[in-house]
Amino acid sequence: MSENNKSFEQALLELEKIVDALENGDVSLDDSIEMFQKGMQLSKYCSSRLDEFEKKITVLVENQNGELSEEEFRGAVGG
Amino acid sequence: MKYILSVSDTNKYIKQLISGDPILSGLYVRGEISNLKCHHSGHIYFTVKDESSLLKCVMFRSSAISLRFSPENGMKVIMRGYVSIFERDGQYQLYVEDMQPDGTGALHMAFEQLKKKLEAEGLFDARHKKEIPYLPKSICVVTSATGAVIRDIINVLDRRFGSYNLKLYPVAVQGELAARQIARAVKKINEAGCADVIILARGGGSLEELWAFNEEVVARSVFNSDIPVISAIGHETDFTITDFVADLRAPTPSAAAEMVLPEKSLLYRRIDNIRTRLLGSIRKMVGIKRKSYEMLKNSRVLKHPYERIYQERMRIDLLNKYMIKSVRANIADSKSTLAVLIGKLDVLSPLTVLARGYGIVRKDSADIIKSVDVLNDGDRLEIKLVDGKVFCTVNSIEKEQ
Repeated sequence: MSENNKSFEQALLELEKIVDALENGDVSLDDSIEMFQKGMQLSKYCSSRLDEFEKKITVLVENQNGELSEEEFRGAVGG
Repeated sequence: MKYILSVSDTNKYIKQLISGDPILSGLYVRGEISNLKCHHSGHIYFTVKDESSLLKCVMFRSSAISLRFSPENGMKVIMRGYVSIFERDGQYQLYVEDMQPDGTGALHMAFEQLKKKLEAEGLFDARHKKEIPYLPKSICVVTSATGAVIRDIINVLDRRFGSYNLKLYPVAVQGELAARQIARAVKKINEAGCADVIILARGGGSLEELWAFNEEVVARSVFNSDIPVISAIGHETDFTITDFVADLRAPTPSAAAEMVLPEKSLLYRRIDNIRTRLLGSIRKMVGIKRKSYEMLKNSRVLKHPYERIYQERMRIDLLNKYMIKSVRANIADSKSTLAVLIGKLDVLSPLTVLARGYGIVRKDSADIIKSVDVLNDGDRLEIKLVDGKVFCTVNSIEKEQ
């Protein structure tokens, strides 16, 4: 299972499922430990996905070739 | 004498009369359309009527092309134009230069017509609507580069999420060029594939000011967009065609910003909660298992596993001792019995008897004589004493009574 391609939402849902299962208590000790580790992994993944957002605001401009390029955003002029 | 005119002259005269009349050269007429015929040339021929009369009309392509709605039979309209006569057939007509739906307004009419048309084509169908990605890596906002809209969106995103990637695609949001620019923007963004979600945003305004978002070209480009589109046009109560076609409608641009990204602090809190629950549940489970383990560990058997062995060993030792004791006792017993017997034997031993002075009497080296009865005078006897034999003869016998 490729952990990196999982969307944040998917990871969060899987994480909640693991916690529900562990809280319901019907899991063997070996499985619990495995699920717990997976759960910690997922929670780290979710946090890091949130952390990796960087603030960046640009303006799209069409150049002569009809392609879009990004330019610096100089702030909205009021009015 | 009456002056007799030709048909052509008559018609020419009437035409002059009509063209010279100031009212008929530019007037507004209200009526209901019937007998509508749209020629393939682009000219429209129809009749307008009221309760009692008809008037033939024609609207040439050059004028008809600017119409924002399609005239239909039964429609009540107000027309601006001039009356003239087509000399060749002697018909006078109203030459219509502009037409508006009477009562509801041209724009409303056009809106209703386009809405009906696109709905019938299925552009508004829910099954075409795409899901908005949960955490879009880049958001493209198509709106005016100036004004409050982009500022509001940025403010909301700053507050809710803090760090995000926003690309502004500046367009005119009203006026002649707006519709084409907006449609082109959506198309270009799809071509470049540079966003996970597109927000079309425009602040509040009148129907005319929002009109670009009711144009077919915008609606179609939104429908054809592979990237999900959120439309945020006008105020809560404004609904444009784009709103119907979009994958999601936001009542205002700020609301769109709220829809596109969740509140980051809430998400972090949710993750934390889950982590706490995770740790809690695993601790609890380990605690339970540990308790069972401790109970087993502290059980008698495990604490003193050799106890039984020691017990048994003690028993063996004890039995051993008893065994030895009883064997010894036996031996002692036997020893004393033996001693007794030996004593007795000793006493009974003939040698001891002889040593005491007794003798063993034999006759003729045969049997031992135990009684005088078997003896006679003159018998030769052998008497064994302890240290030798005596050979003698019986002189006389005396029996004891």
